[in-house]
Amino acid sequence: MRLDAVSKKTVGKIERLAESVIKSVKGRKNPFVEIPIRSLANVHFDKKKGVVQLGSQTQKRYFFNVAMAKKFMQTFLVSDACKELVESGKTTSIRDLYYITKHTIGDTRQNTFEEQDESDPIIEDLEVSLDALREELHLFASRKGSMVGPVTIRDSGDTIDLRRMGSGGWAVPSIVEENVVQLGKHEARYILLIEKDAVWSRFNEDKFWKREKCIIIQGGGQPPRGVRRMVQRLHAELRLPVYVLVDNDPWGFYIYSVMKQGSINLAYESMRMAVPSARFVGLSSFDKDKYELPMNVAIKMDDGDVARARQMLAYPWFADKRWQREIQEMVRSGVKFELEALSRRGISFITEEYLPKKLREKDWLE
Amino acid sequence: MAAIKKAAAKRKVKVPAKAERQLSLIEVAPASAPARAAGVAPGKVTVKATAKALAKAKAARVAAAEPEAELELPVEPPAAAERTPRRRATAEQMAKGQREISISEFFTKNRHLLGFDNPSKALLTTIKEAVDNSLDACEEAGILPEITIEVRDLALDVRGQGELTKGEGRFVVIVEDNGPGIVKGQVPKIFGKLLYGSKFHRLKQARGQQGIGISAAAMYGQLTTGRPIRVTSRTGKGKPAHAFEIQIDTRKNDPTVVSDQEQKDWPQEHGTRVELEIVADWRTGQRFVNRYVEHTALSNPHATVHYLRPKQERLTFPRATDELPREALEIKPHPHGVELGALMLMAAESRSHDVKGFLQTAFSRVSAPVAGAILKNSGIKERLRPRELGEDRALAEKLHKGILATRIMAPSTNCLSPIGDELMKRGLVSFLSVIETEGPEAEDDGQLDLDSAAKKPVRRKGKAPEPAPPPELPPEEGEERIKGHKYFIATVTRPPKVYRGNPFQVEVGLAFGGSWPADKTIELFRFANRVPLLFQRGACGMTEAIVKTDWRNYLLSQPKGSLPVGPMALLVHIASVWVPFTSEAKEALAHYPEIIREIQLAAQECGRKLATFIRKKKQADYQAQRRSIFELYIEEVAGSIHRITGNSRDAIKRDFLRVAEQVTEADLAAEDKKLDEASEKLTRRPRRRDEEAE
Ligand SMILES: Nc1ncnc2c1ncn2[C@@H]1O[C@H](COP(=O)(O)OP(=O)(O)O)[C@@H](O)[C@H]1O
Ligand SMILES: [Mg+2]
Repeated sequence: MRLDAVSKKTVGKIERLAESVIKSVKGRKNPFVEIPIRSLANVHFDKKKGVVQLGSQTQKRYFFNVAMAKKFMQTFLVSDACKELVESGKTTSIRDLYYITKHTIGDTRQNTFEEQDESDPIIEDLEVSLDALREELHLFASRKGSMVGPVTIRDSGDTIDLRRMGSGGWAVPSIVEENVVQLGKHEARYILLIEKDAVWSRFNEDKFWKREKCIIIQGGGQPPRGVRRMVQRLHAELRLPVYVLVDNDPWGFYIYSVMKQGSINLAYESMRMAVPSARFVGLSSFDKDKYELPMNVAIKMDDGDVARARQMLAYPWFADKRWQREIQEMVRSGVKFELEALSRRGISFITEEYLPKKLREKDWLE
Repeated sequence: MAAIKKAAAKRKVKVPAKAERQLSLIEVAPASAPARAAGVAPGKVTVKATAKALAKAKAARVAAAEPEAELELPVEPPAAAERTPRRRATAEQMAKGQREISISEFFTKNRHLLGFDNPSKALLTTIKEAVDNSLDACEEAGILPEITIEVRDLALDVRGQGELTKGEGRFVVIVEDNGPGIVKGQVPKIFGKLLYGSKFHRLKQARGQQGIGISAAAMYGQLTTGRPIRVTSRTGKGKPAHAFEIQIDTRKNDPTVVSDQEQKDWPQEHGTRVELEIVADWRTGQRFVNRYVEHTALSNPHATVHYLRPKQERLTFPRATDELPREALEIKPHPHGVELGALMLMAAESRSHDVKGFLQTAFSRVSAPVAGAILKNSGIKERLRPRELGEDRALAEKLHKGILATRIMAPSTNCLSPIGDELMKRGLVSFLSVIETEGPEAEDDGQLDLDSAAKKPVRRKGKAPEPAPPPELPPEEGEERIKGHKYFIATVTRPPKVYRGNPFQVEVGLAFGGSWPADKTIELFRFANRVPLLFQRGACGMTEAIVKTDWRNYLLSQPKGSLPVGPMALLVHIASVWVPFTSEAKEALAHYPEIIREIQLAAQECGRKLATFIRKKKQADYQAQRRSIFELYIEEVAGSIHRITGNSRDAIKRDFLRVAEQVTEADLAAEDKKLDEASEKLTRRPRRRDEEAE
């Protein structure tokens, strides 16, 4: 089978990693894999670009080290499996990969991987150390997320009109790279990323997108890579602004921040996924007064929420005065709100009054 | 009297240990062990030793053995061989006031003191008395002992078939040795007269001490079965073997020879065979006998012991060495160990012309200047006649104080015969080899719970197989592989020390690991002059010493105030010219601080070796485990890299393994170093403490 250029490059990277190990042991050295560190200490916020980026710190994963040996071995089991996937032109889920690489070691009762929780981080390690994207390794994460709007696309050769997607919308695939999905004709003015499936359904049913000429997309909580990449492409290729609508709680802020400048964990992909100009339209900590939400729809923050909010106050990308006020207000009031709380004002209050007013008054945070 | 003296003199001239030695047998009065234990003899009484008293001694002797009377009664002087026993006035008076008590009455009343309290224990005591005698005799004669111990259940037929006796029943105990034999003329008295022996009157490390021994067993047999003891003995090649049947005249405490025959075809060139028919309880008593036999083999690595039991395979403990133990030497008492009463007796008996001469001849370590210093310190004139001392309590007390006030060189300690650390080790190895394979009793019902320590190694065989250990390691230093198990063995023999003028020496050995259970209290094996102590563990000074040792320093767990817990057997041996027991039953060591301290020091020394071993072993296990993990992972990694690159899987593996060796070795070296440093730190700490105490 003939490989395309990208696949050839990926295979080459895997081979070079394996060869470096052979070279080490031939030279009687303890072999290692060098992995950029994916932790807060090794990411920095690039103010100019507005994205979170991976620093230059790396960690060496040695084979002859009791604490590291198993992970070292797992890294090569995954490498081996990925090379095979790429060469055979097949793509699979990371759960599938877990099963492919899981087996019993020798005549022990130990397995190469005990749980998927063990293999997922190994995949991320491999991505960063090979500097190859998950898609280039022919892997995808579980898919979730849906999208509708005045736009036509092509997915794996099929033309799809996102204006005629019924109540469910188009399921956003995990891999939305150009070779799979191409964008076509559209009349959209902006993109609205909604945290929750239920709220998205309200917007779809109310045909908000038709009225407002926008694309609405949801990622079922923390948006998966496919959704984030899709939003980024729509933003970049169709030159549309992005608005984010999330719950008023630390988790909601976090989802917004990930959409805006990337996550710590996937900082290496920020450039491909982040939309630094994304705008936070709600729910704001001050909306409870502005939109007269009764206190009985508020939820008391627990200790974890408060700690998380306090932590966010220190993030460089929330350093802006307005963001500080926003977060501090949440901590001060000690309550949080779900988007659904707006339904107290009427079932379509959110689509007919709340959001239009927000956009009209440019009542958002950046 | 003269004959006795002559015999005694002869012995002094160091007769090569032969049967002639039996001539030195003398009558002895019963001793009260606590009194002996407390020093050499108590001196509560004013003593007038006269020949008259001696003549009347027999009846008094019997009376004196009454335990109630014990505290008030005079006791024999220290056992210098050149002296003969005298009776004391108080005893004489008492004798006048009492009717003669039959020896059987005496025995019956005192059977608990003598170890015949019940049929199970009587079985053990009978065997023990005979075996102890055999071992003592062989050692004295310089013969490597080969001893056969047999227990026969009379309920079985001649071929050993039938139903075993359940509970009490008739048994025959046979003990045969290859010792020097016993001269014909002595046999009746030894076996047919209570309180008759050679070891009582001397200060020398030996198993028997009280001269109660074997004739008491004969007495027991006679009282319970009516059967006489049968003794066959031969003293040498040219001489015929003689077989006796001896009954004890229980009224007179005299032997009655029932039959005396020459035995033509006795296979042994020299030796003695003793057969006793007794009422015993084999089913409950056997575990003690088993333990006694095993432990005797352990503490006597120079002896071969055969053990024959009803309906069981013959068990043989082969000797672990052909080297005889060093000969134990007889010594004179040390002045610091003598008590007032004994001092008076000794003075009364002395043939010296003056006190100075008396002190010099009767005691060890008293030279003319030392004697002079003692007299000066007591304010006693040199010319004083010893006899006057013996009669004047006040005078004697002055001398006694003077002795204690004088610095006198410690007694010579080369009179002792320890097992020795090397032989203790070999003893442990062969002990473990035998008990491991042929665990003693199969159907023990555990009814007799006299001693919680009576656990049986045989049970361990039945336990669930342990998970296969990581790849076999060669034994660590000090580790012995015995029957598929690895034991770490450490032994320590302390230098001889002195308590109350009596030299003694402590030895401790341990066997760690192997098949001992890891979650149980350790096994404590106690020995005094190579005789296993099987009862009264809790009351024993040895137990106290081990409990007081902090074994957590040596990586064992130890509940407060208890023996440590771990897979270990600990052997404690005290050798002494006079072992202080808590009672006549000779089952527990008295709590002398000097002795406890020595045991602790020996235990600590062994403990330090153990700690070093455990630490090394843990590291080694860890390394092995680690290496095997690497090996498993290498397999996987080599497979993956082979598939990715197409390079040969074997070549990749080889390269990895080469690095593995290098890496783990370097690690090991580094860890060894750390370990040694840590262990040194730990070792240094208690050692400093020890030195302070010493
Ligand atoms: N098997 C034997 N071989 C040689 N001599 C023996 C044997 N058994 C006993 N004797 C002699 O008989 C003596 C008396 O033994 P026993 O009554 O047990 O008292 P003890 O052992 O305390 O002296 C011993 O001291 C020893 O001299
Ligand atoms: Mg004896």
